[in-house]
Amino acid sequence: MHELSVTQSILNIALESAEKAGAEKINKITIAAGEMTGYVPKYVQEYFNIVSRGTIAEGAELEFKKIPASALCRSCGKETPLTDYRFICARCGGSDLKLTHGREFLVDSIDVD
Amino acid sequence: MEIKVVHQIMEWNEDCSDKIKKDLREKKVCLVNVMGSPGAGKTSVITSIIERLSDRFKIGVIEGDIAGKIDAEKIQSLGIPVVQLNTDGACHIEAMAIDNMLPDFDLDALDVIFVENIGNLVCPAEFNIGEDFRVALLSVPEGDDKAAKYPLMFSTTDALVINKYDMVDYFDFDTDRVVKDATDRNPSVKIFKVSNKTGDGLDEFLDWLGKRIEDKISA
Ligand SMILES: Nc1nc2c(ncn2[C@@H]2O[C@H](COP(=O)(O)OP(=O)(O)O)[C@@H](O)[C@H]2O)c(=O)[nH]1
Ligand SMILES: [Mg+2]
Ligand SMILES: [Zn+2]
Ligand SMILES: [Zn+2]
Repeated sequence: MHELSVTQSILNIALESAEKAGAEKINKITIAAGEMTGYVPKYVQEYFNIVSRGTIAEGAELEFKKIPASALCRSCGKETPLTDYRFICARCGGSDLKLTHGREFLVDSIDVD
Repeated sequence: MEIKVVHQIMEWNEDCSDKIKKDLREKKVCLVNVMGSPGAGKTSVITSIIERLSDRFKIGVIEGDIAGKIDAEKIQSLGIPVVQLNTDGACHIEAMAIDNMLPDFDLDALDVIFVENIGNLVCPAEFNIGEDFRVALLSVPEGDDKAAKYPLMFSTTDALVINKYDMVDYFDFDTDRVVKDATDRNPSVKIFKVSNKTGDGLDEFLDWLGKRIEDKISA
């Protein structure tokens, strides 16, 4: 499962930020995930429980904030939501769209002591 | 206490992918990421590409598919430099794996490297591997609902080869549906109906492919 390498990266990013802040314990890691990224939160948490053992992030909860997919329509100039990965403007039906949200995948914040 | 982080999780892979792109641009080598299910015809189509485009381009191949060395040996027998990735149990190729393989090639003697990604319609699409463009294969026996079911693969590819088109009458395969599902998600995708067995449709695909490679290596 590719969730493993991704989980390792989440751990590294969280540990690095916590260390910089002089934190002693990471309680929670908030991840912003676009609707169009294919990670299964449950697997990521399970892998995380394993790879974080013995670190200050052991036992931390991963929270996934879902970001809906949207795009800028070049035909009508407006922002439109995207459904089911379809590049079709909900306002004017145009298909000349530039993706603005939905492919994000980042560690947004950590909660530490 | 909350600390704002805002750090891309895929950065390790993206950075490596960018490095590969830069290295290959200097060497004027084009990298093509070939994706699709096990059995869709990736090795067969790469073999046809070698047979038909070798007089125009110096070709190398990276074989990521898990099934032992069968595919790599097939390609090696055509006199093409090929490197087999050891991806035991892996479900996709990451940029780092490609970066580690490139020193095995004489890049000065190559124009294009085809990477046969691991047979899987899901996660290979998530990982850039330094490619200039992507080719996704969907074979007729897999069914006409796959572009809708695996949207990321079909929304990120530059070309979609609908392979095994010689089988189209046996599988109730609704080509229009696939074309619509793919273009709705990816308005600029180029779609080719190909039978690698009879050769039908290969010319159109190879024309497009040859132009894309040409553009890259003459840039
Ligand atoms: N009927 C038919 N069979 C094909 C075609 N292309 C490939 N095959 C067969 O499909 C099987 C799997 O092909 P292969 O290239 O190994 O698929 P890969 O797993 O994606 O590399 C082989 O038995 C091929 O001979 C095609 O266009 N038509
Ligand atoms: Mg193969
Ligand atoms: Zn994977
Ligand atoms: Zn619009």
